[in-house]
Amino acid sequence: MSINRLIEIPEEEVTPEEVYLSRRSFMRGAAAVTLGAVASRALGQSEESGGGDLSELGQTDEALTDYEAITTYNNFYEFGYDKSDPSRRSGDFVTEPWSIEIGGLVEQSGTFALEEIVSQFETLRRTYRLRCVEAWSMVIPWNGFMLRDLLEVVKPTAEARFVAFETVYRPEQMPGQRRDLLPWPYVEGLRLDEAMHPLTLLATGLYDQPLKNANGAPIRLVVPWKYGFKSIKSIVKITLTAEQPPSTWNIYAPHEYGFYANVNPDVDHPRWSQATERRIGEFRRRDTLMFNGYGDLVADLYEGMDLVRNF
Amino acid sequence: MRAARAAPELDRSRTGAAASARGRDKAAVKRWRRVSHLALWALTLTPAVVTVVHTFTGNLGVNPIETLTHRTGWWAIVILALTLTVTPLRRLLGWNWLVRYRRQLGLGAFIYASLHLGIYAFLDLGLDLSILAEDIAERPFITVGFTAWLLLLALALTSTTASMRRLGKRWTTLHRLVYVVAGLVSLHYIWGQKVLETQPIVFAALFAVLLMSRAVYSWRKRRAGPRTLPRRTTTEPPS
Repeated sequence: MSINRLIEIPEEEVTPEEVYLSRRSFMRGAAAVTLGAVASRALGQSEESGGGDLSELGQTDEALTDYEAITTYNNFYEFGYDKSDPSRRSGDFVTEPWSIEIGGLVEQSGTFALEEIVSQFETLRRTYRLRCVEAWSMVIPWNGFMLRDLLEVVKPTAEARFVAFETVYRPEQMPGQRRDLLPWPYVEGLRLDEAMHPLTLLATGLYDQPLKNANGAPIRLVVPWKYGFKSIKSIVKITLTAEQPPSTWNIYAPHEYGFYANVNPDVDHPRWSQATERRIGEFRRRDTLMFNGYGDLVADLYEGMDLVRNF
Repeated sequence: MRAARAAPELDRSRTGAAASARGRDKAAVKRWRRVSHLALWALTLTPAVVTVVHTFTGNLGVNPIETLTHRTGWWAIVILALTLTVTPLRRLLGWNWLVRYRRQLGLGAFIYASLHLGIYAFLDLGLDLSILAEDIAERPFITVGFTAWLLLLALALTSTTASMRRLGKRWTTLHRLVYVVAGLVSLHYIWGQKVLETQPIVFAALFAVLLMSRAVYSWRKRRAGPRTLPRRTTTEPPS
């Protein structure tokens, strides 16, 4: 497939070389520089670790949370603040057609149709723990692709240090957005190295089913070592920036929700403890793990950082 | 009220019959009161019974302990609001008989508040009382909720008629603490949410109206002077 089918950008920004460059060779070139380097750092593996052996990254053999629970117990304030609101009140939400605007500090900016983006990448099945900031957790088999694969196609410039995300704003379809519960649209952000981490997914499905509206259809972020609110849903905009982008819960209550929001049992939410969590479907609380149990893969991203101050 | 239940005119001519009619009347009133109190208890405890049924039929949703905590807390607030509605309603409509059910409603609120705290402490935290102590000490919204429960406990323990007799006027003063409970509970409910949700604000507003109505009443009473002293006296002092 030709890259110009994926990347629809204004004529003046299109250089002939890029038009004729096939995606395969494009990706191979990018992988040699970035993908290999990040993967080897994250995994402590050699330079040879390409895309293939990343498909099983971070897998867990823990019992999966019931599909019913994953799709009916959600925090998606665009549809209301009750856990049942996203499944009950998202019937009017239209996710076809869908496109994502990618811009900022990238070489290939533009607005891309979702199916063209998705068709470029191998769909992975990754089973991750999800830890909500409210101290409950689930185990979810996601389907999606690594965010880094997309970023490598659009090529962040040398100045890019952060990735900003934005959820769709459609109050006529999203009843929660008709009220000022939170400042809309919902925005989130990652540091570029967090975004490039092979654990970080753009998910389009779970349990091998397309995402339901309640779970952030048609495409959402999944960052398993951070509290759930970082994993922004129904994404329409991805912007590479030099400065740390705003994030909605941090704007709403800066002393309660930080930009990093790494799962950390030692840093409590001001109003409740983060030391333990209830796994949905279990009776007893279990201990919360540092970085939600993904410390061996992500701890080096935060080396030397004060994680109490940068909560 | 009593006049309405008086024996028919015919019986009054014969004192013996009148006395026995009054006796029958008194017994009927007593029986009615007992039945009505039982009925109110049945009504008050229905949500708890329904919740127990839901627990054993697996109808508490995805996060049952959270559902139990929220549901019992919600009913505690609803019944507390009903308790505080008795006096304004009595003054507004002249339904003096309502006051008879006020203490019972207050006890109902205490029961649900105790279930709410108990489920949190024993089911949610899993009997780890050190976590409970830490929560109460360090997390203001839990401190506030726990304080409200302690005050309700004091009011529940002194809710008997014997306590009322023993404490006399001080009983009224003591039981005005329920106003403080209303404030603490409103704060606890609002503070427990991640965002400003509708229901906690509605309840806080309702409590504000109920407490303000009392302030307005006593202010008007004071301004009106001694000529218009409250005409109705009741077995329980106004709260």
